[in-house]
Amino acid sequence: MSAHSVTEPSARQKWIAGTLVILYALITMLPLVWIVATGFKTPQDAISYPPKVLFEPSLEGYVNLFTTRTRIAADDLAALPPPETWYEQIVRNRDMVIAGPSRYGERFMNSVIIGFGSTFLAVFLGTLAAYAFSRFRVPLKDDLLFFILSTRMMPPIAVAIPIFLMFRELGLSDTHLGMILLYTAVNISLAVWLLKGFIDEIPREYEEAALIDGYTRFQAFYKVVLPQAATGIASTAIFCLIFAWNEYAFAVLLTSGNAQTAPPFIPTIIGVGGQDWPAVAAGATLFLLPVMVFTILLRKHLLRGITFGAVRK
Amino acid sequence: MAEIVIRNLRKEFGDFTAVQSSSFTIADGEFFMLLGPSGCGKTTTLRMIAGLEMPTGGEILIDGEDVAQRPARDRDIAFVFQMFALYPHMNVRRNIAYPLVSQGLSRRDANAKVEEVARILDITDILNRPVGGLSGGDRQRVALGRAIVRDPKAFLMDEPLGALDAEFRERMAEELRALHDRMGATTVYVTHDQLEAMQMGDKIVVMNHGVVEQFGAPQDIYDKPATMFVADFIGSPAMNFLPFTGTIAEGATEARLANATIAVPRQHDGAQGELVLGVRPEHVHLADDGALRGEVVAREYLGTTQILSLETAHGPLKARVSSADAVHEGARVGLDLTPSTLTLFEAKTGRALRSDLNAEVLHG
Repeated sequence: MSAHSVTEPSARQKWIAGTLVILYALITMLPLVWIVATGFKTPQDAISYPPKVLFEPSLEGYVNLFTTRTRIAADDLAALPPPETWYEQIVRNRDMVIAGPSRYGERFMNSVIIGFGSTFLAVFLGTLAAYAFSRFRVPLKDDLLFFILSTRMMPPIAVAIPIFLMFRELGLSDTHLGMILLYTAVNISLAVWLLKGFIDEIPREYEEAALIDGYTRFQAFYKVVLPQAATGIASTAIFCLIFAWNEYAFAVLLTSGNAQTAPPFIPTIIGVGGQDWPAVAAGATLFLLPVMVFTILLRKHLLRGITFGAVRK
Repeated sequence: MAEIVIRNLRKEFGDFTAVQSSSFTIADGEFFMLLGPSGCGKTTTLRMIAGLEMPTGGEILIDGEDVAQRPARDRDIAFVFQMFALYPHMNVRRNIAYPLVSQGLSRRDANAKVEEVARILDITDILNRPVGGLSGGDRQRVALGRAIVRDPKAFLMDEPLGALDAEFRERMAEELRALHDRMGATTVYVTHDQLEAMQMGDKIVVMNHGVVEQFGAPQDIYDKPATMFVADFIGSPAMNFLPFTGTIAEGATEARLANATIAVPRQHDGAQGELVLGVRPEHVHLADDGALRGEVVAREYLGTTQILSLETAHGPLKARVSSADAVHEGARVGLDLTPSTLTLFEAKTGRALRSDLNAEVLHG
């Protein structure tokens, strides 16, 4: 059951493995490519059959994503002054005028605030808790750790109704704070357990050396332990962000006018002015970017993060 | 520099007693060894002196001031860890400077001190290297540098040579001792290696099962063991034990074994019952008219000396004799023991009986 095979794989084995990996990557990438491509198609191209692989790119989807538009009569359209911007031109071509900005930007910002806010809070609290569990004699430590883990033993949505009622009573419904607290609560067990594993691996001697060298326990924690735990913190943050960013069910249930995040908003585009697939695809493409950027920034930490425990330093 | 007095120091972890009421004194400038097998409480004792563990009871006086319940940072001591514990995210220079940074020293003053320490330890050329790629010896020197850089009251070292290769240990041991002599700093050193303790220490405390078995100069501990544990733990091969049942009167000068009478140092206490006669291998001599007789079952040639394993009527016995003594396996030989070096023990408690040999070093 060793992670490494003892003998060096032959060239043929490497070739087969490489082909399989590329094939798998292509299959998993295909939906993504499809979404990104659809975002740059015109509505006609988007639903043409057979699907168009080569097409003339258009920014209509993105324009539609960020605007609301009104259809007007041809006479009125002709009476208007010529369009001032390229995106107005795109809209005019469809016999419409821009009525105002859509709510996508606002929803996207909600996602950023709630996603990163809850990630920060979960990782912050998780690091402190994990450090305490790792280093101090905490009464009932094993029971507490099990309790923390047990909060993830059922799907979070199973408690949707109690949470809905609680949020309504507490005035947390449709607020940023409410969603941040909710996602933090769901993520914190993952954060504590992952980070405890990482901190357990950091020898105590480093902190003890700092204590001897004249630092307080807290200084030793943030000057010596935190830099050592950076890998664990980074990968934990990615896991937490991916959950909070993608979460759909609670967002549908608990947010509407004020704190609605992007996932429940994107499908509502379909209802406005027909099935505007390019706009939906454009919304999804932009929505993927922050997690992608975040993951790329922290990627050097991620590999060790995912395989933690399996790799000895 | 400081004198460290340990008084009735005790440490319990839940039901487990790691250190039982220990007392000893470490004089100013002494190189002091805490010696014992693993799990004997020596490291716990050191960590209590450092302030990394808080004692359950007792006092730790550094320069007359009880620091037992104070945090490590208020004790002004330095600690060298077994695995060195160099901060992995800092280079050598920052590692050594780190204790100075906590004292709020300016960057320039800190740098000057680091350079000075680096010269003493001969590591100026690696100051800007990351600690990751350093050899064991260089890590050791950096760890020492971090310890000496701020002139602490005392150095505490937890098996600092344990992580080094055998060939390197010898050299580092000498360097450590030379460094100590040069700085004159009180040093407390934990080891399980009795040779290291004898070789480097001014004083040794031997611990076992959380109890201080004996405390004194290496020679006293070797020649005048207070307990059978000490006698057995120190010296290689270990002291021979010849068990017998009998009576020792106060003032007696001989011990009557089953069929032999052995001259011993004048005894101060009387004792009877199960007793043990202890003799170091180098105090067993071949003598045709010796009081004991034995058969040679094995020889181990060591150059100038050889170790003979003998079977006697009182049990197995090892003798360190000159290689010039021609004996062969299977030979029956007479054996003589040097009377003034012998120690009698009580079998049940393992404690040495007081005699002219050891009275002055035995406490209580």
